[in-house]
Amino acid sequence: MPNTVLLAIDGSPGGERALQYAKERAKISGAKVVIAYVIEWSPYSFNTPEENAERHKRREQEIDKATSTIVNPASAALKSDDIDCETIVRHGPPAETLLKLANDNGVSQIIIGRRGQSGIKSLLFGSVAGNLIQTSPVPVVVVP
Amino acid sequence: MFRIFISLITLFALTIPAQAGIDDAINSITAPVAGLIGQLVFFKITLFGAKLPLVVLWLVIGAVFFTFYMGFVNIRGFKHAIELVRGDYADPNSPGEVSHFQALATAVSGTVGIGNIGGVAVAVTVGGAGATFWLIVAGFLGMSTKFVECTLGVKYRTENPDGSVSGGPMYYLNKGFTERGMEGFGKFMGTFYAIGIFIGALGIGNMFQSNQAYVQLNTVAGGALDGLGWLVGLILAAVVFAVIIGGIKSIARVTEKIVPFMAIFYCLFAIIVILMNITSLPEAIGNIFTGAFTGEGVAGGALGALIIGFQRAVFSNEAGIGSASIAHAAVRTPEPVTEGYVSLLEPFIDTIVICTITALVIGTSQVADPNFAGDATGVAMTSAAFERQLNWFPLPLAFAALLFAFSTMISWSYYGLKGWTYLFGENQTGQTIYKLIFCAFVALGCMVQLGPILDISDALVFLICVPNILGLYFLAPIVKREMTSYMARLDSGEIKKYKN
Repeated sequence: MPNTVLLAIDGSPGGERALQYAKERAKISGAKVVIAYVIEWSPYSFNTPEENAERHKRREQEIDKATSTIVNPASAALKSDDIDCETIVRHGPPAETLLKLANDNGVSQIIIGRRGQSGIKSLLFGSVAGNLIQTSPVPVVVVP
Repeated sequence: MFRIFISLITLFALTIPAQAGIDDAINSITAPVAGLIGQLVFFKITLFGAKLPLVVLWLVIGAVFFTFYMGFVNIRGFKHAIELVRGDYADPNSPGEVSHFQALATAVSGTVGIGNIGGVAVAVTVGGAGATFWLIVAGFLGMSTKFVECTLGVKYRTENPDGSVSGGPMYYLNKGFTERGMEGFGKFMGTFYAIGIFIGALGIGNMFQSNQAYVQLNTVAGGALDGLGWLVGLILAAVVFAVIIGGIKSIARVTEKIVPFMAIFYCLFAIIVILMNITSLPEAIGNIFTGAFTGEGVAGGALGALIIGFQRAVFSNEAGIGSASIAHAAVRTPEPVTEGYVSLLEPFIDTIVICTITALVIGTSQVADPNFAGDATGVAMTSAAFERQLNWFPLPLAFAALLFAFSTMISWSYYGLKGWTYLFGENQTGQTIYKLIFCAFVALGCMVQLGPILDISDALVFLICVPNILGLYFLAPIVKREMTSYMARLDSGEIKKYKN
């Protein structure tokens, strides 16, 4: 199995802790880290005509913002320790998209931070980490 | 901006005394104007004893022509349309762009309006049960017209320097004709359409909607809002103002999300009403078929029923008007024709499903009690049919009517604005002027009687059809070429399915 891990971050403190965890593990094992940021999006949502007309522009802006404010700093933090890494910013349903990225990149592990959502909130909106644990073909590490 | 609105309201309140007479005064001014416009646009020829408005003939011939010319794409493309909406052919490597589903859903919530509830009742009142048959036929043929206009909408859209997209008939008429070496004519047609849509948006997508929403609210309130059309109008106008000028987009977003569910609920409630009248159903269906060909009791007989059916169908599903292609044009696809396929589902959902359900609600009630609605027509008639079964049913109907009207008004304010910016550019002051005019007409819609509103709205709608359908005839060969090439690549497996 290739020594590659998928690190899912979302700009939250949980994501930051997951980054630190991945960094320490990668330093020890020499693993390559694929940093993934998923912008929540569904092709089945309902929008106003105006939103649709501006969608392409917004998509570019969302990707640019995620890349410059969240993904690039994370990648810089890993590279400063000579860890081999690659970054991906993708739109989609979070858990499903992360699984697809894990498959596409043949990773041996997924690392994700704990959001710490309340019971009702995760019941209503689902928890990305929870969904991943239930469906992932590779081990998932949830960093508290 | 709100200050302008407040001062407009104050001015309005000062000039006309706030009493029940306002509605009457406004009505007496607009009715003759509406009649005149109606006569001009609806130039009628007498055919077999029926008065046939030329413009309806224009739409019918167009829809029949496109159905044959595209080889019955409305039937043959149906399955593929569903596969596209499901996302079977969506490239998984470019998520985050406008999907086929999103473009369709947006266009549908602009299309599903009060026409589906009130317009059908008008059709049945004027054209008899047989009008329903022709309404469905018109919906079926309209699928082909929609296919052509939405394919063109995507193919000839403009990518603005800021990354947003603009599309619709004004763009495809201009670019399509220019491409064929008729630059001057293209410019003329684009401008003609743009003028048509920004004026037309004030009728079908505005006054008719606010009028019928008010009528239904008044019905639920037991007539307590009689003569208070101006007040309901101002409130509605204020909410529309808050969204399109005040930039409170969240209201529009919430509406967009509720409307599809509302449409499903409306159909469910309507089906309950039909089921409660189940014994009348066979006769109601029988009446639709016999009425279609005999036109019993209808002015102009079968042809009269046909005219009314087609007129109300177009008013509801907008096929031939070209407006929906403005919404469809936002989709992201390398193959414009795919959106054409998707768009043919729109008249299907709007007319063949929702309008037919409304027609059956009214039809079954009429069989059970021919005089169930008294003199009521439009949305009030549908409401009476609902009330016959369960006395609280008009309440959810009022809620649905209000939301349908609101989402349609928001969509049409955008369509009209696209016509306006096509003509006058993106200048912000200009846009605000248009939006203010739009809001004023929302209020006006609640003060005028349904008759004159329908006259004006119908006239304006058909004014937009003339340049659009004329352009479609010229540009249809382009769509056919795209369709043939796409189908060949689909059959050969060159165009891959990503999902199974």
